[in-house]
This record gives sequence, C-alpha cells and structure tokens, in this order.
Amino acid sequence: MQQEVVLALLAKEPSHGYQLRARLRQALGPIGEAMNAGQVYVVLTRLEKAGLVTTERPELATGPAAAPTADRKTYALTPKGQQRVAEWMTEVSWPKPDLTEFHLKLVAAAAAGLADPLSIVDTQRRELLRRLREAQRAAMAEPDGAEAGLLLEGIVLRLQADLRWLEACERSWTTRRSTS
Amino acid sequence: MSSILSTRGLTRTYGDGESLVRAVDGVDLDVAAGETVAVMGPSGCGKSTLLHLVGGLDRASGGEIHLAGRRVDQLTERALARLRRTDVGFVFQAFHLMDELTVIENVELPALLAGRSPRAARARATELLRRVGLDAKGDALPTALSGGQRQRVAVARALSNEPVLVLADEPTGNLDSAATLDVLRLFEDLHEAGQTLVIVTHDERIAATADRLISMRDGAFVDETRLTGGTTGHLGALAGLEG
Repeated sequence: MQQEVVLALLAKEPSHGYQLRARLRQALGPIGEAMNAGQVYVVLTRLEKAGLVTTERPELATGPAAAPTADRKTYALTPKGQQRVAEWMTEVSWPKPDLTEFHLKLVAAAAAGLADPLSIVDTQRRELLRRLREAQRAAMAEPDGAEAGLLLEGIVLRLQADLRWLEACERSWTTRRSTS
Repeated sequence: MSSILSTRGLTRTYGDGESLVRAVDGVDLDVAAGETVAVMGPSGCGKSTLLHLVGGLDRASGGEIHLAGRRVDQLTERALARLRRTDVGFVFQAFHLMDELTVIENVELPALLAGRSPRAARARATELLRRVGLDAKGDALPTALSGGQRQRVAVARALSNEPVLVLADEPTGNLDSAATLDVLRLFEDLHEAGQTLVIVTHDERIAATADRLISMRDGAFVDETRLTGGTTGHLGALAGLEG
C-alpha cells in the first residue's frame, strides 16, 4: 500500500484506522479484499515516524464499552503530510503505471476537494500522449518486419490501453460531478 | 504566425426550443500553415460536425470561418462548392472511393474537377501514387485493394487538387494495427512536406502524431496540449529497461 494513498485519504478529515480500511475496501472492491488487515496500520505507523501524521488518543472512558484497542486512535495530517499530499496530486507516475494508485488518487482528490479529478486525468493524458508520440515515431522509423518494431508496437499498444482507461476515468468522473 | 484556418464563435445547432442541440458551440480554432492539429473527443462531441463546417460540407448557424485569408462562411452554395474543389482535401473513415473507377482515375478526379488539364491531372496522380507507395496499383479497382491500401489511395486523392488544407475524419477508424502504421507514416510525410492538416479522431495513435491536440466535449474545446517539444527520452523506461 502506497503511503501517499493513506495520507490523501486523511486529507478530508482525521480518521480512525478502521475507517480508512473501510474507505479503501469501498474504493477497491474485490481488489481491496486481498489487502491484509494490518497493512493500513503498518503504513500509518511509518507515516507517524516520518512526521507526516499525528495521532490522538481519545479520553480514556471508563466502563466495559471502552475496550482498549489501536483502532481507537485518530490519525490526522501534519503540515508536512499535507504538503506531501499536494505534491502527490500533481505527480505523473508513468512509465511505471500503478492503476490502483492512480484510481485512489482520483478518489481522494474528489473526497477532500484537493484537486479536480478531471484535471488530474488531463495531466496524465498529456504525459501519456507525449510518450505515445515518442514510441510511435520510433516505430515508424523502423523498417517493416524489424524486430525492434515489434517491441515498439507492444509499447504503443500498452500506452493506448492506458489512454483508453483514462477515457473511462474521465467519463465516470464527469458523470459523478454532474450528478453530485 | 499566420493562420491558414481560423474560426470565431463557430456554432452549429439543430432543432429549436426544448430540443435545441448545440453540436458545435462557440468554437475558436486557429490552425497555422503547415501545422497538424488533432481534435479528439467521445462520439457525439461535435468533432465531425466541426470538420464538416470548416470544409464547407455543412453550414454554420453562427460565427465566422476564415480559410487562407478569405471569409468563407457567407459564400453562396456555388462558391462553397468551388472552394471544396480547389482548396480542401478530404479523407474519410470509409474511404469513399468510387468502385467503378480505377485507382489512378480516383486520384486524378479532384484535379480534373479543380480545372487541371487531363495531362496535368494524370501526371499529378502518378506522382501521388508513387508517394503513397502504390504506383503499381494505378490500374486496379479499389475493391482489389486492402483497407490500408484504399486509405492510402484516399489520401493521394485528397492531395490531388493541391489543397491548402486537408481534413481527415477518423482516417484510421477502419484499419488494423499494421495498416494504421502505414497511414500514420503517410500523414507524417505530408506534415514534413508542409501540408496543413486537421484530423478528428478517437484513435490516440493518430492524435499523437499531431503538433497540437484539442479535446472536445459537448460541442466545445475543453483542453489543449502541445505534443511537440516537452519530455522525451522515455523509450528505455517504457520498454522496462530502467526505473
């Protein structure tokens, strides 16, 4: 689990660890089920050590209802954490495409009002199109049947697949924006 | 830089009242001489209508179109038809070749319609077929050619009348990956030869060959990207060799 994803999910409001897990499961569906329950807490601990989040313990209540558990902690962004989230929003992660990371970036951006998901999509698309152009020019320069041409075609097709998915992201977030 | 093509507030509406559809909604477009511009967007965004308007195949409901220094949105039907014959070349998704005519007859037709002599038209067609790598197919019928070859004939035909502007509507829409690459190479050659090109498409591959990419949504331009310049040197990383 990418640290920035967890950070960005805290941007809207401070949360308990179990709330973050629930939000991730909702955003990821069946893919989120493969996620280890402890993973979020591992990341949160790391973030806390790095000074990107702070924790607050609730006033210790008395009585049997107040079971002492790690889940009771509330996590919040520090100013440094907020800055890191803002940077992450503008980063383009290709050529190592991490679909889950990008998807969650859009989810977190929309939830916390950090950035317009459509402008994140546009930025990513610009970058991919420039790379497609580069790969394609290289492919066009190869003579027919050249071995390297086949590799370049593979790169072109993968970039195209990513661009199609961005189109789907754009459609989906356009609809959500107009219905919200 | 001087524009070969510019539009101001270009608008095309259909229907009226409640059922008014703004297919093209106040578009300002400037295309410089020798520039390749791609317009992308989902189907129904108005990109084909835009192309038809600037090519004189359809009439605008409002706004202005200037082509090669002349205002053309107010021309009479007759003057508009002449403009299409002399100044504009079209490439369509479905090729639109005449199946009864041979390949070279298809290519020379626009030159003849633009008033060239038969001899000059034939010489131009022969040269264009050589340029698109089909000089051996001049006497064949279009139906004997593959889809990629037919589109190359269609590109040659679009250049026959030496147009100031070539307009292409989904030129790779019916082609497989290898044939697409051939057509991309051809457009690249045109670009290098200084031809001004406007392509509307939803194929990212041909869009990526443009100097400038415009995104269109609901009849309007919403984003513009200059694809030339900027970052390069990613090929190694794209192939998984680095990073």
